[in-house]
Amino acid sequence: MKYMLLIYAASDQQASCTVEDWIAYEKEMKDAGVLVSGHSLADLVTATTVQVGQDGRRTVTDGPFAETREVLGGYDVIDVPDLDAALEWAAKCPGSRDGGAVVVRPIAEFDF
Amino acid sequence: MNVEQVFREERGRLLATLVKRFGDLDLAEEVTSDAIEAALKHWPVDGVPDRPGAWLLTTARRKAVDRLRRDQVYAARLALLQVEVDRADPPTTDALPDERLELFFTCAHPALPEEDRGALTLRCLAGFTTPEVARAYLVPVTTMQQRIVRAKKKIKEARIPFRVPDPAELPERLPGVLQAVYSIFTEGYAAQRTDLAEEAIRLARILHRLLPEREVTGLLALMLLIHARRDARADLLEDQDRTLWDRDMIDEGSALVEKALTGGHGPYGVQAAINALHDQAEDFASTDWPQIVALYDVLNALTPSPVIALNRAAAIAMRDGAAAGLALLDELAGVPKLRDYHPYRAARADLLHRLGRSAEAAQAYREAIALAGTEPEQDFLRRRLTAIEGQS
Repeated sequence: MKYMLLIYAASDQQASCTVEDWIAYEKEMKDAGVLVSGHSLADLVTATTVQVGQDGRRTVTDGPFAETREVLGGYDVIDVPDLDAALEWAAKCPGSRDGGAVVVRPIAEFDF
Repeated sequence: MNVEQVFREERGRLLATLVKRFGDLDLAEEVTSDAIEAALKHWPVDGVPDRPGAWLLTTARRKAVDRLRRDQVYAARLALLQVEVDRADPPTTDALPDERLELFFTCAHPALPEEDRGALTLRCLAGFTTPEVARAYLVPVTTMQQRIVRAKKKIKEARIPFRVPDPAELPERLPGVLQAVYSIFTEGYAAQRTDLAEEAIRLARILHRLLPEREVTGLLALMLLIHARRDARADLLEDQDRTLWDRDMIDEGSALVEKALTGGHGPYGVQAAINALHDQAEDFASTDWPQIVALYDVLNALTPSPVIALNRAAAIAMRDGAAAGLALLDELAGVPKLRDYHPYRAARADLLHRLGRSAEAAQAYREAIALAGTEPEQDFLRRRLTAIEGQS
């Protein structure tokens, strides 16, 4: 079963984890054979939003900017047997510390 | 053993076994009901089979195959299940394997809303119907229906597993299970429903048999030692007729407390010990108040809370006099959680009354009445108020 770990950083707090922590975490997921994909996102100031209206016209706007305390900083998709295993990986994620949070979302499965 | 008793004991057990096999709570619930329905039809005519559990399990498995045949979405699982049904030798013992512990941990999983954990436990392990669960938690049936559907959807779609946590995970996971069972008990008390409190005790006994951890022992002891006073509970502890207390239950609870507090202690065990001291006392005045104060200190260190501080102050009032207790209560006056908590006002009223400050006591009782949530609580406080006003 696949889960996406959405990694939110607290915008008002300096994280104490290092680049090495992240590298070690990624290596651990790869070694365990659970990592499907994952990326860090560039700074929020680089974000652009696109919306297409009913008339087909598109609107492009700068942002969004952080309106909440927490900002999505990256994600990992993992393939593990159940939620307990996913929560275990979320707890190991450096992003779950220092006021950050990891939201665990199951990837939808459709029976066609 | 009559048919109802068999079902009461077997339902949760059967459901747990089927959940474990199918990994699907909905399907397991449906076929558990199917099997019980079949039993209700056949057993009164043919008699209760020698091994009711095995009969129910076999029937439920056949019903599952029938249902899966009709349901194309589950077709893929059919082959697997069919093999299981064919392979299933008649169990050699009377009892089904007991897999209810897994179900306890699923129902009280931390990924589920706290207020739904007790409800799910009642439904899955005590065999309550949704309307019965709704009545237990004093919410409309439709509300409870939505909550249970939502919780079951999460169990299924987020794949919350049916497993007993490793020993290393237990300190994190067991409190949720204990809290779910205890919430059933406290709901039972708030609603004055003896049957609900007894159901919680029954669940704790099952849990204790399957997982004799210190705090499981402590929880069972706590509920027994409170429930032992059920027939006298219309009055305050100090006014209760102690001959109405259930001596056997007190003995059982007290023995469990000793076990729960040997070589360590947890919050349920300490609360149980406090209740054991009350239950063992000849009367209110001769209760071992110094020991109770000491236990509240231990409890407050384990799980600090304003409510514990309130109870500690009341115990100090008994040990050192009403003035000492009142001084402590007044120190707590600014605590937000206690401001609207009617037992705080009632405790103050009681101490003021004991100190002969009747006008202030009456005022505190009026505040308590205004804050009390239920009719019986208000009635009780009104009687206290009337008694004071009659004296002055």
